[in-house]
Amino acid sequence: MQKELLQYTLRLGDNALILGQRLGEWCGHGPVLEQDIALSNIALDQLGQARMLLQYAAEIKGGDYTEDKLAFHRDITEYHNLLLLELENGDWAKTIARQFLFDTFNYFQYSALLESKDDTIRAIAQKAIKEITYHAQWSAEWVIRLGDGTEESHKRMKDAINDLWEWTGEMFMADEIDTKMLEAGIGADLGNIKTLWDEKVAQILAMATLKLPTDDWAQTGGKQGEHTEYMGFLLAEMQHLPRMYPEAQW
Amino acid sequence: MTKEMDMMEQFQQYVDGENKVEPKHWMPEAYRKTLIRQISQHAHSEVVGMLPEANWITRAPSLRRKVALLAKVQDEAGHGLYLYSAAETLAADRKDMIDDLLSGKAKYSSIFNYPTPTWADIGAIGWLVDGAAIANQVMLCRTSYGPYARAMVKICKEESFHQRQGYEIMMTLAKGSPEQKKMAQDALNRWWWPSLMMFGPTDEHSPNSAQSMKWKIKRKSNDELREEFIDKTVPQAEYLNLTIPDKDLKWNEDRQSYDHGEIDWDEFYNVIKGRGKCNKQRMAARNKAHEEGAWVREAANAYAEKQEARKQKQKGAA
Repeated sequence: MQKELLQYTLRLGDNALILGQRLGEWCGHGPVLEQDIALSNIALDQLGQARMLLQYAAEIKGGDYTEDKLAFHRDITEYHNLLLLELENGDWAKTIARQFLFDTFNYFQYSALLESKDDTIRAIAQKAIKEITYHAQWSAEWVIRLGDGTEESHKRMKDAINDLWEWTGEMFMADEIDTKMLEAGIGADLGNIKTLWDEKVAQILAMATLKLPTDDWAQTGGKQGEHTEYMGFLLAEMQHLPRMYPEAQW
Repeated sequence: MTKEMDMMEQFQQYVDGENKVEPKHWMPEAYRKTLIRQISQHAHSEVVGMLPEANWITRAPSLRRKVALLAKVQDEAGHGLYLYSAAETLAADRKDMIDDLLSGKAKYSSIFNYPTPTWADIGAIGWLVDGAAIANQVMLCRTSYGPYARAMVKICKEESFHQRQGYEIMMTLAKGSPEQKKMAQDALNRWWWPSLMMFGPTDEHSPNSAQSMKWKIKRKSNDELREEFIDKTVPQAEYLNLTIPDKDLKWNEDRQSYDHGEIDWDEFYNVIKGRGKCNKQRMAARNKAHEEGAWVREAANAYAEKQEARKQKQKGAA
């Protein structure tokens, strides 16, 4: 069970870290100062969650593992985040679309984790849910604003949702680890989350005057460590300094 | 004419009495213009200043450092916002100010035209650049224009925190491996002189200073501030066991202050003129963000207008 718990914790932690890393790229380059600040806030929340989760994963793993050893000294196949989160930021519409599709999932996921039988995961969820509630609200508002804004913003938002759609299915596909964690009362029920997510996403897209995509083809593999080409570059950038000086303290 | 002169005199007396000038008060046009120029330049410096540090957010060598750096750069965006708001109290328009920055008409602090090639630069910027900025900003907490002074009080608190953070990065490097120590010394070598230039030209070459001092916009001269900074920073460098790259630097017992070597003012003016390593890069990044954000800002406005129209229609129907 420790093996599955470790894997499950890493998935949660890696999602937070990789999304935080991507959002950090926007800092200083946002479309207007107020939104630069808002996106940095979300990045900071994600990185804060990543630290708590990776600290817990390091504890489960034992030995000399630390959050930093996990973040900076794991190679691509040992990362377990959703593929959606490692994709490049693209334009503001694509960043918002990714945020909305994931935040909505994450909101229902962490709502379920409030009931987790694992004390640490439950405690982390209690802290994180407040942040994620705000993220989900913020990104949904932006989807509506851009969808129902100008002709150009509508088109960009539509393209972004359509482009990212095939990367969303992975969120709900339970594998053996998800199933074991659910049975143990630790993990979230992805089937339930899918129903809630479908409903919420349909509602927000309707408000944004956008069509719900119908193609249900899903790209998968991130949770199991099979990643896109984008991920290698992300890790190269993120990890290069600690890898060059593996003994150093920073 | 005499009336205007009376007003000027009254204004001077008011300022001499250490009273704060507020947005609705009468003020000389030149006072207003000087402040708009200074505050908007300050705001631009915060915003452009995000860039050299932001480029290390994705590469910070630990999660703790990544979070701290991102939070710091975000604070700078916040400072930019307060300062644009402070300038708006003088009837300046944020859009115009930003257009002036993007067209190159308005200036920002030249220090941000230097590159940050290594992680130690993030430490050196916090320690030296923020340190120099604080020396100036602590003085500005007592500036005669109320909204500017109040913005500075809040900004100074955050800047002091940033400076400690920067110094702590330097300390970790200076006490680390030989490679880390070398990295720290190299960053100090590159940032020391540009940091001293941040205080501006020497007093005899600073033509606008006298009027600003008279109006109590500025409370200390460039050279005074520079010397205070040096006196405070030298012992900090000694504590780190790092060497300040100035062979003429020595304690002057009579003045109870350090004497320092000649500043290369040619370099200063060259970088102001656009010849720094990063002038073009910084302006290109700001322009790119602005241009690529145009459709987002338009959409947000269009949506707000639609929402307003819907509200009016509902009201009309009710």
